[in-house]
Amino acid sequence: MKISIQINEGPYQHQASDTAYQFAKAAIAKGHEIFRVFFYHDGVDNASRFTVPPQDDRHIVNNWADLGIKNADGNEVELVVCVAAALRRGMLDASEAGKNGIDSNNIHPAFRISGLGQLIEAGIQSDRLVVFGD
Amino acid sequence: MSTKKFMYLNRKAPYGTVYALESLEVVLIAAAFEQDVSLVFIDDGVYQIVDGQNTDGIGMKNFSKAYHALGDYDINQLYVSAESLTERGLSVDDLMPLVYEDEDDDWAEKPSIKVVSNVEISKIMSEQDVCLSF
Amino acid sequence: MLHTINKSSFERNSLQSCLNTIDDTSVILLIEDGVICAANNANSSMLAELATQGRVFALQGDIDARGISSKVADNIKLVDYAGFVDLVVEHGTTVSWV
Repeated sequence: MKISIQINEGPYQHQASDTAYQFAKAAIAKGHEIFRVFFYHDGVDNASRFTVPPQDDRHIVNNWADLGIKNADGNEVELVVCVAAALRRGMLDASEAGKNGIDSNNIHPAFRISGLGQLIEAGIQSDRLVVFGD
Repeated sequence: MSTKKFMYLNRKAPYGTVYALESLEVVLIAAAFEQDVSLVFIDDGVYQIVDGQNTDGIGMKNFSKAYHALGDYDINQLYVSAESLTERGLSVDDLMPLVYEDEDDDWAEKPSIKVVSNVEISKIMSEQDVCLSF
Repeated sequence: MLHTINKSSFERNSLQSCLNTIDDTSVILLIEDGVICAANNANSSMLAELATQGRVFALQGDIDARGISSKVADNIKLVDYAGFVDLVVEHGTTVSWV
């Protein structure tokens, strides 16, 4: 079955991203396809490549990044960050940084910034869409 | 593209958190996908569409006016929990007079807001393909 | 349908709101702080009837993490993340009471 995920909260502050990750891993292990993970609201903070957790803690950003290549059928798990939510929270990829005259960018390369239409499309294309939030 | 029934579940008041604003942003984008869209306002979510919001004193944008645009995008199924209104000392008269023009009825202006019981919300919910919560 | 609850009934009204609108066939999965609703406590009666009907599940990992595995109320079924996936697959649309 084709499943997509929406994550509304950032890492570490809230369990939403952890639960979603465990759910996604379990779904892939059972042979389902995670079509897309859409990061919205503070969930966009899950995509920061500047994340440096203590060594004995899980690395939520890298966990998601690693999952990005792990669908059983070899298809990539799309990790999509909402552009509007990201920009207002200071999350930028190189392209958005350039457009906005900012000299740095912080989106991990496993994630890509795109529009809210990607969330709707995930709902249309997938058999299930599960929301994780506060 | 296939048509699915999308429900947007709104349970939080505006301004205290960003969920109401960013939910509305999704709904406005969703309109372009020509899906069957319903909005449910329950619990403190009913405060999102209360009339007479004035944000002058808090330095935030008053986005309530944008709900008036929903009718123009053919989003005209706004279900409000009667029980949630009553619990909060509100009635339909306290809500914004949101309307749409019915193309099947000579573009007559009709109310988009339907105050319904929780039992009716239960029925509407069970008909949905996708539920997005914010 | 599958309804997920991730908040304690002592903190938020998510469980009550879900119960106010749930139909006769849907099931509830308690996750994150929602598993506090699965423990024997002053709010247990909220879920007792649905649990008797076999319609209440709770995520084992979240129960264990909060040290309440010996407090789980009668008839609540414990599942792991794979069980969570099965519930999503089997019960159609998922409603998250976030």
